[in-house]
Amino acid sequence: MKFRLYRYSPESGEKPYMQDVELDIDPVGKMLLDALLAIKAQDETLSLRRSCREGVCGSDAVNVNGRNRLACITPLSELKEPIEVRPLPGLPVIRDLIVDMEPFYRQYRSIKPWLVNDEPEPEVERLQSPADRALLDGAYECILCACCTTSCPSFWWNPETFVGPAGLLQAYRFIADSRDEATAARLDNLEDPYRLYRCRGIMNCVDACPKGLNPTAAIGRIKSLLVKRRV
Amino acid sequence: MKSTTGSHTGTGSWLLQRATAVVLALALPVLMVCFLAALPLDFTGWRTLFAPPWLRVLMLLTVAALALHAWVGMRDIFMDYVHHTGLRLLLVLAVIVTLAGSVVWLAVILFATALWGTT
Repeated sequence: MKFRLYRYSPESGEKPYMQDVELDIDPVGKMLLDALLAIKAQDETLSLRRSCREGVCGSDAVNVNGRNRLACITPLSELKEPIEVRPLPGLPVIRDLIVDMEPFYRQYRSIKPWLVNDEPEPEVERLQSPADRALLDGAYECILCACCTTSCPSFWWNPETFVGPAGLLQAYRFIADSRDEATAARLDNLEDPYRLYRCRGIMNCVDACPKGLNPTAAIGRIKSLLVKRRV
Repeated sequence: MKSTTGSHTGTGSWLLQRATAVVLALALPVLMVCFLAALPLDFTGWRTLFAPPWLRVLMLLTVAALALHAWVGMRDIFMDYVHHTGLRLLLVLAVIVTLAGSVVWLAVILFATALWGTT
């Protein structure tokens, strides 16, 4: 199979370039990550992140033939050759397919991704009704792979100020949580032309999400809550 | 310097863009039908077309909605692509002056005859 890989080595002083690689591999039943690891076995200078190799850890997000996907759950047989693999767009490249995730994590941290509840701790857990728990479905499953946020043009133009789809989906996850008491502060945190309203609803995030989540819908619910609070 | 809250703005302009979009979606087809029905639009055609006051009011409201809609849209484009604050402010002001000027100009054209009786 034919591959085109983005290569960049900061020590070499050379500009990034695309490397053509030919790999003898039977695509049946194999994922893109299997191919990348086979290429790395031939040429150990190829750098990439991977850990769980089954779509749970979210560390091997790459741009494949123009789409952000997890290499470990992308079947080789689905891909058109030459398979072009690049690092995630919109984040600084450290080496080859490895990007600096800090701008992404900084926005994630800014929405305080933890439960805020100053009430005295009950004897047992803080219980939720099944209906309240159901509100978190579609929000808690995010693995922070950054496929969505780095496919969002608004994040490309304003990575310092726009929270991005992953961060906003997580913000909604805590706003929707019946055990969280900081809803007003969370909405205050987001009500901003840059932090929230850079989202123009083009839904690249929905297209990219390897877990099938819908950040645009969550952003819409945040906007509805802000409108309800205001009107 | 770090900030833990948003600027508490943005919801208004987002709502404004949504609301004006609804106005435009409803009003533009009506205006289009009126315009097509009044063809050919020479000078007397225009005068006959805008003789009923309701059409003049609808025209002005539609263009005002269009201006507000365009203002939010242009501001969004500048916020995305123009990262120098001074330049962005200048462009936003230029857009406001152009749009507000166009709306006032249209109001004068539509209602000058009715108000001051001149042509």
